Amino acid sequence: METFLQQLVNGISQGSAYALIALGYTMVYGVLRLINFAHSDVYMFGAFMGYYIANSTLGLALGPSIPGAILVMVGSMALCACLGILIERFAYRPGRSPSPFTLSFWFGILGAGFGQLLGGTLVSVALGALAGAVLGFVLEKVGLKPKPQSSHLKLLIIAIGVSFFLENGGQQVFGADPKFFPQIIPNRSIDVGGVSLDTQKLTVLGVALLLMILLNVVVHYTKTGKAMRAVSFNLDTAKLMGINTDRIIAFTFALGSALAGAGGILVTLMYPRIDPLMGIMPGLKAFVAAVLGGIGNITGAMIGGLIIGLAEVMAVGYGQSTYRDAIAFVILVLILLLKPTGIMGKGMVEKV
Amino acid sequence: MKHRTWSHASFLVLTAALAACAGGDQSADEILIGEYGSLTGTTATFGISTKNGIEMATEAINAAGGLLGKQVRIIVEDDQGRPEEAQTVVSKLINSDRVVALLGEVASSNSLAAAPVAQQNRIPMISPSSTNPAVTEVGDFIFRVCFIDPFQGFVMAKFAANTLQFTNVAILRDIKSDYSVGLADVFIQNFTTLGGTIASDESYSGGDTDFSAQLTALKATNPQAIFVPGYYTEVGLIARQAKALGIQAPLLGGDGWDSPDLIEIGGEALEGSYFSNHYSVDDPSPAIQKFVTDYRAKYGETPDALAGLGYDAAMVLFDAIKRAGTTEPQALRDAIAATRNFAGVTGTTTLDEHRNAVKPAVVLQIKDAKLAYVETITP
Repeated sequence: METFLQQLVNGISQGSAYALIALGYTMVYGVLRLINFAHSDVYMFGAFMGYYIANSTLGLALGPSIPGAILVMVGSMALCACLGILIERFAYRPGRSPSPFTLSFWFGILGAGFGQLLGGTLVSVALGALAGAVLGFVLEKVGLKPKPQSSHLKLLIIAIGVSFFLENGGQQVFGADPKFFPQIIPNRSIDVGGVSLDTQKLTVLGVALLLMILLNVVVHYTKTGKAMRAVSFNLDTAKLMGINTDRIIAFTFALGSALAGAGGILVTLMYPRIDPLMGIMPGLKAFVAAVLGGIGNITGAMIGGLIIGLAEVMAVGYGQSTYRDAIAFVILVLILLLKPTGIMGKGMVEKV
Repeated sequence: MKHRTWSHASFLVLTAALAACAGGDQSADEILIGEYGSLTGTTATFGISTKNGIEMATEAINAAGGLLGKQVRIIVEDDQGRPEEAQTVVSKLINSDRVVALLGEVASSNSLAAAPVAQQNRIPMISPSSTNPAVTEVGDFIFRVCFIDPFQGFVMAKFAANTLQFTNVAILRDIKSDYSVGLADVFIQNFTTLGGTIASDESYSGGDTDFSAQLTALKATNPQAIFVPGYYTEVGLIARQAKALGIQAPLLGGDGWDSPDLIEIGGEALEGSYFSNHYSVDDPSPAIQKFVTDYRAKYGETPDALAGLGYDAAMVLFDAIKRAGTTEPQALRDAIAATRNFAGVTGTTTLDEHRNAVKPAVVLQIKDAKLAYVETITP
């Protein structure tokens, strides 16, 4: 019995991390009908930003303390929100509406890569980026512009591209070897009737719960949240009603990415190894969690995350460790066959 | 058909001519030995430590007058830690530098790539530290001066049963790694023979980060220790999560733990755990202490096991050249194969009929974030 309760605790803490990542998938899907595959890499980015903040002068000065942990958490979430906005602005929006400087942005990145390859110094990278950006700007001026024809397939392929870009860019910038996240909160374990609860697991549970409540408040009780729901309901009508849909979409990406960043920090609290490819598996499982809960549904994402986390831990604890990665996908196949709209999803009628 | 024979023949003539040219730099008063290793790349420290050890051995032998009245010269090639590169540089060492013997590599995958080239050309090769059993199975010209993987399973079983007097030990193995599975199987076999019982046998996959489910299942069986024959990254994470779940039993492991990063990752959760290794710098034996002091004086750092094994590999080869009285490959091979009770810094080496070293292993304990020597276990 004690063992079962302990496995329950293990599963819930693992599941709440999946739930946080799943929220980002579901929110973006809700407003854009797009599965943002780059989301799992934003999660990785969040863990790395937390690592660098914790190892910065200020982070080291604060050490493992509550203010230190808050600094790492909030800093990383803010940087992830910025990355989310960048991805939306330069990768997804150009497929939807005319957006200047898109070519400048991507050519700038290409140029920076060439600068790194040829010179290897900060100056050569900066010069390369500048040259690329200028080239992109000139190309845009002569008429080579992204054509805004929204198609779900196109956006999906762009999303996969952005995901690969972030993974491989991460290996270049952060290095491919794993790094070890410092302890940002003091760790103690408490024994409750044979079940051990440690401060890290409790923090993960507490923060995840708090963030989910905050998200619900934002979505249901604020004006922006109302606009988000309107965009999610019908983008064109929302636009006709005077909602700045581009801004709402950017806000959704920022919010989802900040949650992914928080997920990155919380997961590395428990499992302190980080590397540029760390997002792939948790990202896929969180995606399964979102589908299981009913994609587009916020409460569903939370429930889905918890179910996947619990299923995994029970499969390993009472079965074999090799089932760990299989169980989530078995659940995915089953849910798609039995109830394609997910646990909380409503049946949708495709209009022709 | 006729045409092909002709081109074949002319090719042979050409090769012979080229070989004659290339062989020209073999000077009469030098013995040339090839070394290949990862001096750059992700396993650079492996190659550099080994190179330092071999360099020390070479300087020692040359200072003592060299071998067969000649000086020894080591030609070092960098394989960047890549198997395909290892194969290329070994071909170069054999065909163009005309070395009489080869030293290398550390990583078994690189040794496995290069060994067939040495075997085909019938040039003796001694690997300092490739522990995968398959390496010496390539052929009768391939040797090693370290023990093989399964031996460590035996060492830790004997240590747990005899020294620690444990009777109930759990296993947590990396199911994706041959090394880990091999060690775990040999451990179980020997530990049960010595009268112990295996509390439970759990597994994980290398690259996992969450081990709480396995550890919770292990905890329920109340083991006195947990044998985790994995690599240092996962071991560090496992130690931390075990502590968080309230598991007090020490962890046991093999040389996959040997990394400065181990203690950085595991922290105090690893205090009191044990693992087997090739040698310990704290070993009181005078030969080891002299090697450690000389190495520190020359390179300004403490030699790791790979440096010691590099030193011993070179010394075993020099000893064989001395006994053979020639550098003729077949005679040299026979002399290496006849190595018995050779006293090196990593213990006394005897090569068995499978060309593997039979030698003791040391057990180390993690104490105050340092590695402390506990005991030496002989085969």
